Amino acid sequence: MSDHIVSAYSEELERLSADLLKMGGIVETMITGACQALVSNDLDLAKEVVLRDPLVDAIEADAERQIVSLIARRQPMGHDLRMILSAMKISSELERIGDLSKNIAKRAQRLDENVNVEMRNAITRMAQPVSRQLKDVLNAYATGSADKAKAVWSADDDIDLHYNAVFREMLTHLVEDPRRITAGAHMLFMAKNLERIGDHCTNIAEFVYYQAVGDYLSELERPKQNQF
Amino acid sequence: MDTSQGNPIMDDSITPQRTKDGGPRIDCRNIKVFYGQAEAIHDVSMSFPDRAVTALIGPSGCGKSTFLRCLNRMNDTIENCRVEGKILMDGEDINDADVDPVLLRSRVGMVFQKPNPFPKSIYDNIAYGPRIHGLANGREDLDAIVEKSLRRAGLWEEVKDRLSAPGTGLSGGQQQRLCIARAIAVQPEVILMDEPCSALDPIATARIEELIDELRNRYCIVIVTHSMQQAARVSQRTAFFHLGNLVEMGDTGQIFTNPREKRTEDYITGRFG
Repeated sequence: MSDHIVSAYSEELERLSADLLKMGGIVETMITGACQALVSNDLDLAKEVVLRDPLVDAIEADAERQIVSLIARRQPMGHDLRMILSAMKISSELERIGDLSKNIAKRAQRLDENVNVEMRNAITRMAQPVSRQLKDVLNAYATGSADKAKAVWSADDDIDLHYNAVFREMLTHLVEDPRRITAGAHMLFMAKNLERIGDHCTNIAEFVYYQAVGDYLSELERPKQNQF
Repeated sequence: MDTSQGNPIMDDSITPQRTKDGGPRIDCRNIKVFYGQAEAIHDVSMSFPDRAVTALIGPSGCGKSTFLRCLNRMNDTIENCRVEGKILMDGEDINDADVDPVLLRSRVGMVFQKPNPFPKSIYDNIAYGPRIHGLANGREDLDAIVEKSLRRAGLWEEVKDRLSAPGTGLSGGQQQRLCIARAIAVQPEVILMDEPCSALDPIATARIEELIDELRNRYCIVIVTHSMQQAARVSQRTAFFHLGNLVEMGDTGQIFTNPREKRTEDYITGRFG
């Protein structure tokens, strides 16, 4: 799309979009960092992930200030208006993803070092498709692609299936050995957090789609696989 | 607004006449406008619904004012200007030879960019039209029409104690509301507005916009404006003109959030190059 006649307006929109991508990049490293910390019992890494969260919060707050200012000063219309409204929603979705990743890292710090490796691996396995969803939806945002957004939106079922599988697997581990209950409870929360992150990615996909085409992806078309 | 006083001429139940089928008040078909050899409007067809505000937007020289002026035959007064096509008002072609343009302009009132009150008293500014069109039976009728018109234009409270003062002594915003009162005094069915707020400050503009919103309950209003924000605020339908073409017309909400045409998108977002 060509530039605005008022070039400062274009620059402001580009800055907002760049800030959101930066935020997305940080939360991406938070998910992978939290899961890496979990699988290798790396407490330093877990701590580092927790420390990244305030940065995400700060970018979100700044993005909100930019958005208020843009609406008040530029009276955005058309695609610009949709882009700004979507940015507002997407930044809060990313902030939530940051919170949930931080929570995984915190729980990783609390786990006994002797916790069953298979249990740790189950979480990491689930984290892979979730990270991919986040990466894909950020890519859809960066390129403004409605098709890519729709693909992410449709792929959430897969994460729900993963979540159901992890849930059952955890129960099996707990039944085998009740001493694993504390760790198992933490891990069920971790799995739930990952499942929620998947949902937030789906929400972001909806906003990217709205921004691109001005229509809403209907919630009705997508079957829900999540039973818990 | 007080509408209970029983002057039959301004009785809301009989004025103004309504289209029976709820169809468009004005229907324009294949309108072309020529200035000499030059074609300024290229085959535009569009309609204007009753009891709604339609905004015409577009860059300077796009033809929106020229098009507006077709609707009450104001282009007749311009030498070399020729209008082709049909403009049906309630099914009747306003360009028919037997249509009296003066009478037409009492049905289709107009408000201009610069407030242009007559150099007469506030009272006479309003009373002039009803007098020449024979709409009032005596002084009492006329007083009632003047009061009701000023009330509808939201000006009554500000001027009721100085009706004999000159209209030109009012502030710009008051003068513009006086012109709107003057337009509605002759019981029009359609009100055309050509940049009615471009000479006014934001508060006076807000008063006019509030007035437009109230008048919408009675009239078919067509407004030309350079301010897209104003079009977004006051209209239900918006039409975008460019280089003499009607590029896109739709619900105002849709035009400003999700226009179908790239040229519209570029214009409303400030990208026109």
